[in-house]
Amino acid sequence: MSGHSTYVPKSAVGKWFESRLPIMGLIHSSFVVFPNPRNLNYLWTFGGILAFMLVSQILTGVVLAMHYTPHVDFAFSSVEKIMRDVNYGWLLRYLHANGASMFFIAVYVHIFRGLYYGSYKAPREILWILGVIIFLLMMATAFMGYVLPWGQMSFWGATVITNLFSAFPIVGESIVTWLWGGYSVANPTLNRFFSLHYLMPFMIAGVVVLHIWALHVPGSNNPAGVEKQTAKDTLPFHPYFTVKDAFALVCFIIMFSWFVFYTPNYLGHADNYIPANPAVTPAHIVPEWYFLPFYAILRAVPDKLGGVLLMFGAIAVLVFLPWLDTSKVKSAKYRPLFRQFFWVFAIVCVLLGWVGAKPAEGGYILLARVLTAYYFAHFLIILPLLGLFETPRKVPASIAEAVLGKGGSANAMAAGAHAEPNTKG
Amino acid sequence: MATTAAEPTRRDFLYLATGAVGAIGVAAVLWPFISQMNPDADTIAQGAPVDFDLTPVAEGQIVKLFWRGKLIFVRNRTPAEVKAAEDVNLASLIDPQADSARVKKGHANWLVVYGNCTHLGCVPLGNEGPYNGWVCPCHGSVFDTSGRVRVGPAPTNLPVPPYEFVSDTKIKIG
Amino acid sequence: MKRLTFIRAALAAVVMAASPAAFAAGTAPQPPSMSWSWSGPFGQYDATQLQRGFKVFREVCAACHSAEYLAFRNLSQPGGPEFSAAQVKALAEEYKVKAGPNDQGEMYERPARPADHWPSPFPNREAATAANGGAYPPDLSVMAKARTYERGFPWFVFDIFTQFQEQGPDYLAALLKGYTDPPAGVTVPAGKYYNTYFPGHIIAMPSPLNDGAIEYPKGADGRPQAPETVAQYAKDVTAFMMWMAEPKLEQRKELGLKVMIFLLVFAGLLYFTKKKIWSKVEGDAHGPAF
Repeated sequence: MSGHSTYVPKSAVGKWFESRLPIMGLIHSSFVVFPNPRNLNYLWTFGGILAFMLVSQILTGVVLAMHYTPHVDFAFSSVEKIMRDVNYGWLLRYLHANGASMFFIAVYVHIFRGLYYGSYKAPREILWILGVIIFLLMMATAFMGYVLPWGQMSFWGATVITNLFSAFPIVGESIVTWLWGGYSVANPTLNRFFSLHYLMPFMIAGVVVLHIWALHVPGSNNPAGVEKQTAKDTLPFHPYFTVKDAFALVCFIIMFSWFVFYTPNYLGHADNYIPANPAVTPAHIVPEWYFLPFYAILRAVPDKLGGVLLMFGAIAVLVFLPWLDTSKVKSAKYRPLFRQFFWVFAIVCVLLGWVGAKPAEGGYILLARVLTAYYFAHFLIILPLLGLFETPRKVPASIAEAVLGKGGSANAMAAGAHAEPNTKG
Repeated sequence: MATTAAEPTRRDFLYLATGAVGAIGVAAVLWPFISQMNPDADTIAQGAPVDFDLTPVAEGQIVKLFWRGKLIFVRNRTPAEVKAAEDVNLASLIDPQADSARVKKGHANWLVVYGNCTHLGCVPLGNEGPYNGWVCPCHGSVFDTSGRVRVGPAPTNLPVPPYEFVSDTKIKIG
Repeated sequence: MKRLTFIRAALAAVVMAASPAAFAAGTAPQPPSMSWSWSGPFGQYDATQLQRGFKVFREVCAACHSAEYLAFRNLSQPGGPEFSAAQVKALAEEYKVKAGPNDQGEMYERPARPADHWPSPFPNREAATAANGGAYPPDLSVMAKARTYERGFPWFVFDIFTQFQEQGPDYLAALLKGYTDPPAGVTVPAGKYYNTYFPGHIIAMPSPLNDGAIEYPKGADGRPQAPETVAQYAKDVTAFMMWMAEPKLEQRKELGLKVMIFLLVFAGLLYFTKKKIWSKVEGDAHGPAF
């Protein structure tokens, strides 16, 4: 997505077109000859998987919108009609509903991969921040989407989450009324959520373009955490990484299909099959699983405003991560201490999710507080200090050295891999 | 995902098989996305035959009703209108069809036709035009008292929907 | 080794985070797990059971409960009770539905057609509530998916792999059989009943089923095809409710099997293609280094 392409169209028509709109050259340089670090492992396939999930969600969503009615009196029944009467409607809806969860599974793997290998460090700070923006947009989209079936969880989820904004002093109530378009969550709320739920995926797609653009300036980070230097360090995107991504993607789709075809309601809530009732709140209201860690942070604080600020802070802190981590070494592979703290942090996040699903009482609150404190301590205390005190292991001089051992093996590379010359900066 | 390598020798069986299976998969995934736009089970079920009582339709009157969301004219023709429809030189018609073929035997006064112009679907106005049949307000097609097109641009007669007489005063459409 | 550990940890993370967040049924005990014909990857509905269940639903439940997403035509569609089209037509004609307005602007009643939905026993929610001692009898069309109980760790992890998802039917069947005398010290208000499995135990619905109350179709030997007992009624009507809630279950699992076979073959081909392409690359490039 940058620089000039070496692509030369073969046909006269191709040349004519390319000289006017060099899109084939752009694709060729970005996804065919683009030099990728040769040592990328399967965790790097999740970018492609996420792109697939975004397209899948948009396609199934556009189709579902053809049958859905965004009105409080018809939303629930139009969803049931999709499940019962529309041709393959059950399939499209289960794909869309479970697709949201798959999207988040993939994005969490993607994020934690970035955390482990230091993918947020220079020169990839903007790339990382764009990713945080995508994550925020995904959360907003998923939340609004969950409101649309207008079941009990839809309604009460919408009520609880929009009420978060009432925590802000003075303007809070006005903001909430403005969000609702009334004095409670009602038809205007559902209507605008539908409109925004349709809009936001395209905003995500826009930021994804920027994300990939920013990625293609320095190229991918890699397990060794050293930048690519020579052609020896890289392999062309096609066919090496297209086939690797494709294999990983199909494996991911197998898991996706397992949920869609065999346990389609596992990741949902039974209460959302009860039509919305403003007079009765479900016994335990919990968000979708992918929000649970943040929900736990929200509830960990006894103060309403404090909880809201902390919850948003939990995501905002990621924006500053490139500067909070003071270590010059990227990959956890060469950071023995960081590696251990990484796993502790990962377990803390999982535990936060578990606490988020539990009722906010007794020991769970205490646990939520400890975990929340650790979550922030990881970013604000551990990472800044670790860079100062940790002694990293010796980092290899190049990717080729990391893969092939000292000095690499240049002739083997040249003979075997058809590595394209590094045409990109 | 068969490789697009330049030398055909590399396109061996494995690549071809993988590519072919991938292509089949993509094609199979497309089908639900196409199929969902067809009428759903509810729409199809609602399209079951409907009964219509003819008693309230006075002689000379045209009533409109809907079946499967489509407009249908039921016209109780006067003897003069029936005669005008029958006494036509078929060779002069754009879409030659005898009036007897457009009504049920023994019920020649009842004309049942779809109510959308065969040109582009506008609703023709009844009891109008040189043949006292219908005239389409959109592009001027003229129909006679048998619903046959007499002046274009409509290419064919107003079609007769499937129906039958359940009794002398009741028809079942569909 | 390390790689395995990571995968295990990642899997555990996903699984833990994927907690279904089922909510506790108050202090009620867990309903016993029953065996259902549609459980597992190859499970299908038993049409004769659904027909019996429909009889129970029609003669008992439908007196108070609506089922607004059930259309008569559904009763003859594949993967359901599979009555014949003629049976469904005749059945529909026994019911009246409101239609209109006619030319005079009046609403009128006409016999139901297969395309019509199951008529509700009450004109609206308020009427249903008033006629049932202030407790609204909920709609039953998606009931089997709208009830659950908490499985708890580690069961909710295993459930992903065993495909256990019959919490709703287990609960419904247990509830229908769960009427007992209140334990000592518990007073049940007038017009309410005690049920072991209902959250909070005090339920507004009286025990709906009695032994022998519904006549089942006779087999060739002149005996009912299933025992005419509360346990059997509860099981059959629960099966019927499950079908009402998930009428496309059989189509889903049939398509799922084809999709799975296809994906496994495709994944296998891609694996070997990937291996072949990467075989030209020297070094541990395809073995990820964690």
